[in-house]
Amino acid sequence: MNILSKRAVGLALAAILAGCSSGGASPTAQGTPGTTPAGSAGPSTPVPPTGDVTLQGAGATFPALLYQVWIEKFSEAYPNVAINYQAIGSGGGIKGITQQTVDFGASDAAMKDTEIAALPAGTKILHIPTALGAVVVIYNIKGKDGNAIKGLKLDAANIAGIFLGTITTWSDPTIAANNPDIAANLPDTAILTVHRADSSGTTNAFTSYLDAVSPDWHTSVGAGKEVKWPVGNGAPGNDGVSGSVKQTDGAVGYVELQYAVVSGLGSAQVKNAAGKFVAGSSAGVTSAANSVLASFPADFRQAPIINAAGDDAYPIASYTYILAYVDQTDATQGQTLVAFLYWALTDGQKEEKAIGYAPLPDSIDQKAIEELHQITTGGSPIWP
Amino acid sequence: MSAVPTPTPPLGPRGLLGGSGSRLPDLVFRGGTGVFAWVVVAILGLLLILLVLNSRQVFGQFGLSFVTGTDWDPVAGMYGALPFIIGTVASSLIAILLAAPIGILTAVFLAELASRRVAVPLTFAIELLAAIPSVVYGLWGVFVLGPVLKATVEAWLVGTLGWLPIFAGPPFGIGLFAAGVILTLMILPTVISISRDVISSVPNHQREAMLALGATRWEMITRAVLPFARSGIVGALILGLGRALGETMAVTMVIGNSQRIPQSIFDPSQTIASQIATTFNEAGVGLQTSALIALGLILLVITMTLNVIARLLVWRVAGPVTEAA
Amino acid sequence: MTAIAGPPRSIAARLTGSTVGRRRTIVDRVMRGLALAAAIICVIPLGAVLAFVIGNGISALNIDLLTKPPKALGLGGGALNAILGSLQMVPLAALLAVPIGVLGAVYVAEFGNRRSARIIRFSADVLVGVPSIIIGIFVFTFLVLPFKQFNAFAGSVALAVIMVPVIMRTTEESLHIVPNSLREASLALGVPVWRTVFSVVIRTGLSGILTGTMLAFARAMGETAPLLFTALGSRLINVGNFAKPMDALPVFIYVNARQPNELLNQQAWGAAFLLLAIVLIINVAVRARSWGRQIG
Repeated sequence: MNILSKRAVGLALAAILAGCSSGGASPTAQGTPGTTPAGSAGPSTPVPPTGDVTLQGAGATFPALLYQVWIEKFSEAYPNVAINYQAIGSGGGIKGITQQTVDFGASDAAMKDTEIAALPAGTKILHIPTALGAVVVIYNIKGKDGNAIKGLKLDAANIAGIFLGTITTWSDPTIAANNPDIAANLPDTAILTVHRADSSGTTNAFTSYLDAVSPDWHTSVGAGKEVKWPVGNGAPGNDGVSGSVKQTDGAVGYVELQYAVVSGLGSAQVKNAAGKFVAGSSAGVTSAANSVLASFPADFRQAPIINAAGDDAYPIASYTYILAYVDQTDATQGQTLVAFLYWALTDGQKEEKAIGYAPLPDSIDQKAIEELHQITTGGSPIWP
Repeated sequence: MSAVPTPTPPLGPRGLLGGSGSRLPDLVFRGGTGVFAWVVVAILGLLLILLVLNSRQVFGQFGLSFVTGTDWDPVAGMYGALPFIIGTVASSLIAILLAAPIGILTAVFLAELASRRVAVPLTFAIELLAAIPSVVYGLWGVFVLGPVLKATVEAWLVGTLGWLPIFAGPPFGIGLFAAGVILTLMILPTVISISRDVISSVPNHQREAMLALGATRWEMITRAVLPFARSGIVGALILGLGRALGETMAVTMVIGNSQRIPQSIFDPSQTIASQIATTFNEAGVGLQTSALIALGLILLVITMTLNVIARLLVWRVAGPVTEAA
Repeated sequence: MTAIAGPPRSIAARLTGSTVGRRRTIVDRVMRGLALAAAIICVIPLGAVLAFVIGNGISALNIDLLTKPPKALGLGGGALNAILGSLQMVPLAALLAVPIGVLGAVYVAEFGNRRSARIIRFSADVLVGVPSIIIGIFVFTFLVLPFKQFNAFAGSVALAVIMVPVIMRTTEESLHIVPNSLREASLALGVPVWRTVFSVVIRTGLSGILTGTMLAFARAMGETAPLLFTALGSRLINVGNFAKPMDALPVFIYVNARQPNELLNQQAWGAAFLLLAIVLIINVAVRARSWGRQIG
């Protein structure tokens, strides 16, 4: 029976559209192949090809604000390049790059062994660190005097208790003990915890912290991109969490530092391993990262840096990565990607401090740039 | 919304082709349009096949305990749908409990009590309620309804009934109750318009008989009209319920997205639809995706069953009714 | 719909006082008052939603919102990506859905025997009730995964799947209302069946068909869930490339509503205003004629 099903028509149309692509696993490029052939005696720094190119990326919301700024600046330098980054969470980035529905993924949580095993056979993935960020605890508390509370200090036990649900109001004595100067103003308001509803590298970093500092948390919840939260509301993305906290009096959540800045919410000073209360900051995470440089893994899959040593170290710091295949099926896209990543690891690093992220430590930055040489297309390196 | 009698093809059972010989262009036309018509059946069939095939993995691993399991833990590979089934049912139940009295009373008002000059604009306004996109309801719910509910209704309920676990605070605005209220607004137009149709189709002799016996207007309505229309009204409520179960965006934005079973109506929760919406794009290939699709299948089965029951009930009173929107 | 007067007060009734006991009269008045109150309660939220969307939305409307794509950190920028996306995907969806819906309805109304008509009608009714997010999953599996590419075409197909059963059912109803005498007259003149359908039947039922189509169009404009897994969304302007992701007004609203950045929240209200305006204008335009007839 000649069923002219809509599906057949749709598939035919889609096949025609897809047929315009390179026909491989990578999504289509819009323009002519680059005029700078790979491997030739080109410039010493990688540049994108000429002709319109679009790159599709998806993943972590943690660095999303940074990537938006990078994409804008890169497109100013190279107007023929358009990059669409959809912030759908680290889990989404890993899934996207695994299913090859995106050109590059992004995640703060390095891919686990099981996730790497799920990649298509014969492919190899690179973790390219791009920035360091702090996971801060944001809060929205209206004090007894009617003004917003500022300068809240919390220690590990406080944070664990709040997110376990054992500490239920802001006037709890254990919180007051850490905040002698504002204790009188802390209201009886019920605490509403807000966590991530989606699979998140930020959650991974935050729960790694809780897992390390709280035996109760370790036994009942554990660490990971998605965990079974004992209490609280879920919200999608770093943006959703900060938005949700902003909308509710008494709410507390965890986000990357820049989201706290953008939302205007206070972020708590957390007691670090040296016993000092430290606010999330670029300097704080740089200090934390420097203290573990020696043990940075060769495959770049560095776990979140929890309770690093040092007076200035902020206790919850995380690298964030771009995930890209070693072998790029489309030469134009691959060349653009390498150029963008190189720019991110050089000029891009200068943008980070201004918006609350920390640039990579020099040695890591160098190693990451070295990694770019590994990216090939059709067997030969894009940037030899 | 009109009630039309059961349609039969015009000009006899063989329709336009009647008894005359069929010509080729007409045969092609009939065949062509037939193909398009059966496409709809094909889409539905494909949809069901796809859902069933992709759910096999998770049902194979967990069996029926997928439906009764209370743990949704992708990290540990544990999948239980109960928190979302409860969230779906609870939010829709709140919606129906609120929409039933308001909706039926309004339908009665529009069909029996209001003059044409009042009824028509009012019906117009209520049908516009149905046209508002879900995401706009969600936006309004997050920034307006949530805080208002928190300050008024929820505070009052917790104050007076908070000793009951189901009303236990603290109320944060966002949560199961807020989702229920938004759903109420979204299903009211459905409940009202179908109820109104059903009530209008109650034959006049029922009303006249009641009035002749000396009943007041209200008694006429409650003792003659409503009982006659009862199954149709129940059908309208079930159709509204079916709508509520499948609503996604507004619910996702105000329900609090928590994967635990809610203890109180002010707790955050998650429906099947909102769970799929928030996690499908990042669900791990394999078991997690299969689990989400299985959730979708459960939802589809529930809504399909309710739809069929509802239409049968409505048809009995008012004849086949189509919702135009 | 019928307003029947209460029992006439006979002379005897007027002489002896009320024909109905006080309690029953009170109950009657109170319940009728409650019914009026219920009707008012229904309309209040509509007013509230409109008020907030118009109020917040108008203040967010500026030239940037309409002409620029999103900018980093919400500083300036607008919803042009979403506006263009909706204006492309929904019409394409209509282009796919209208032929299938209308011609399918023609088959059921004009040719179908009882059993096939029942099956097709039943399928359409069931499909109308399928949650749109499930349709998103459905289209994702066929049009995104095999091509490893989120694309706007899949988004249009998902919207079309939502529109088809609605158009089919409303068209079928419109065709049934067309009197048989018109068909018979046309056939008696020797006009072939297909010509009869187009020139006589469809033309007569056209306003009803248009109504159903426009309402389905308005509904598709407001759908978010099916686009999340198909067209995904895009911060870039995408004109004409249906093989790539595309943004849409509802998706834009969803993403910007949850941002902590107030500037972006404002843009969400602005986009909601645009969307609501489009949807309500379509709905009002389509229904106003029939309401005018009902009142006047």
